[in-house]
Amino acid sequence: MNTMTAQPVAAPPVPRKVAASLSEAKHLSFWAENAAPVGLIVLVVVFSVLSPTFLTVGNITAMLVAAAILVVLAVAQSFVITTGGIDLSISATMTIGAVGLGLAYQAGLPFWPSAIIAILASTVIGVINGLLIAKGKVTDFIATLGTLGVATGAALILTDGKPIAVTSTELLRLTTGKLGFVPYPFVLAAIVGAVAWFVMFRTRYGLHVQAVGGSEEAAVANGVKAPRVRIAVYVWAAALAGLASLLLVARIGAAEPAINTNYLLNSIAAVVLGGVSLTGGRAKIVGPILGALLLTALSNGLTLLAVSQFYQPLAVGLVVVLAALLTRFQKR
Amino acid sequence: MTTTDTAIDTVLTAENITKSFGGVHALKGASITMRRGEVTALIGDNGAGKSTLVRCLSGIHKPDSGTITLDGAVVQIDSPLAAKHHGIETVQQNLALVEDLTVWQNFFVGREITKGVGPFQMLDRKAMRDKASTLLSGLAVNVPPVTSRVRRLSGGQRQAVAIARAAGWGSSIVIMDEPTAALGVQETARVEAVIRRLQDSGVAVLLISHNFDQVLRLAQHVWVMRGGLAVAQRRTSETTGDELVALITGAQAV
Ligand SMILES: Nc1ncnc2c1ncn2[C@@H]1O[C@H](COP(=O)(O)OP(=O)(O)OP(=O)(O)O)[C@@H](O)[C@H]1O
Ligand SMILES: [Mg+2]
Repeated sequence: MNTMTAQPVAAPPVPRKVAASLSEAKHLSFWAENAAPVGLIVLVVVFSVLSPTFLTVGNITAMLVAAAILVVLAVAQSFVITTGGIDLSISATMTIGAVGLGLAYQAGLPFWPSAIIAILASTVIGVINGLLIAKGKVTDFIATLGTLGVATGAALILTDGKPIAVTSTELLRLTTGKLGFVPYPFVLAAIVGAVAWFVMFRTRYGLHVQAVGGSEEAAVANGVKAPRVRIAVYVWAAALAGLASLLLVARIGAAEPAINTNYLLNSIAAVVLGGVSLTGGRAKIVGPILGALLLTALSNGLTLLAVSQFYQPLAVGLVVVLAALLTRFQKR
Repeated sequence: MTTTDTAIDTVLTAENITKSFGGVHALKGASITMRRGEVTALIGDNGAGKSTLVRCLSGIHKPDSGTITLDGAVVQIDSPLAAKHHGIETVQQNLALVEDLTVWQNFFVGREITKGVGPFQMLDRKAMRDKASTLLSGLAVNVPPVTSRVRRLSGGQRQAVAIARAAGWGSSIVIMDEPTAALGVQETARVEAVIRRLQDSGVAVLLISHNFDQVLRLAQHVWVMRGGLAVAQRRTSETTGDELVALITGAQAV
């Protein structure tokens, strides 16, 4: 085991840090820690060589719009996974939000009150998840699988299975507006990402999330209220899914009671690509965001290259499995 | 020594504490007392119930029955935070460290130093790093940087972190469950110095140890546990290692 060198006692100064990370590039652990940025760069290079349209402003804007929803969901999922849990209901929760928005708007409410109803509707699912898991001691996997079913069914029942058109000017502005060349949906996603990073790494709550995920027993022995932390993480994830539902409705122009399973799988895939271990305890926010961008770039590039839609899940699946294999070589 | 003297001296009393886990009766009515300004030792064979009693005193387990009295007042220690509010700090036998977190995060998790007000409170990372670093440097021989993750530390370093954490809060009672179990000669000496220092500053220390020399060296009073009960107590000045062994095994009754 000649790769296991002794750790220096004091933190090395910056130049040595750079040198250290360069020499680390020889090790698999470097690639495991940085799978998402490396993968993203590789994809961008490959696709821009293969397709002249890939790096045009128009296509980048399209990609950012397409990535926004997944970025928000991946950030939400990352919080849940950091506690060692998982939220399988996250896309169904988004669907409930969309349906809430559609029904409220249909009932004659203005856009913003409808948007608040959408977020509240989603949050209800999060409260149920949190209570089931933290108080009912139901396994996260089972609890959120259950609410996935309930939310999907409720969305179908409430809408009679039909999409509800939402044609508000606010929604139109959200879809078409831009800050420079960055479309509003991505601006929103970036704000969510920045706030999430701050909460995770600079606040008491974020530290508790990591502590509970690392060792619930030790966290509790030090006075962390683990059930509260767990409930909050599912509630926040659901509220973010509600926020994402606004982007979803804006994108489609209608509130659809669709299942959106792709978003669920991709949100987990983005987190895994971001280098977050499903066992919890090690938080990352930038990684999952880059993972979400990577997955979006992947499907966008394949579409540009006129690769059949059928190959896209295959490509995503391969990338995720590769990333998951790589994470085994992460330094703990 | 008259009873009134003891009553005045006593800082903590645990009476008739019982605790069962399913069919396992870990504590069957254990009673101990701790005197102010003294090191009290708790000894007994593996499985005697020492750690379970410690966990009842530190708010991790809720006793099935029994009372805990602090400074003459009956208290409910129903959570680790409650124990800390009552001034009880504990080094658990399993150390209660989160391996994925850094040393300074482990020092402060559950009672972080923050700056800012209301919803804009953020962690004062520098203050916490500095304080953790100061507390730790007095203790560990091979001081790990406070920014390293606990997962990377040696067993002895981890123990030093847990002890420095418990000793650093200016509490009135510090409980240490086998604090020197994984330590080298130098580190053990340092921990013993910490225990003496705590005692000198008026802290009552409850020391769980299997090392009789250490117990006789540090403690003024010793309680012997057997089968979930505190079966005997001695002043250390009036006992010997041989007698303690006999009490632990039951060869000598009370
Ligand atoms: N959480 C638990 N669940 C079930 N049984 C437990 C639990 N904690 C302790 N026990 C049991 O209670 C009894 C007392 O255990 P305890 O850890 O208090 O012993 P101890 O005196 O600290 O021993 P040691 O010297 O080995 O640390 C043992 O039989 C143990 O198996
Ligand atoms: Mg023990």
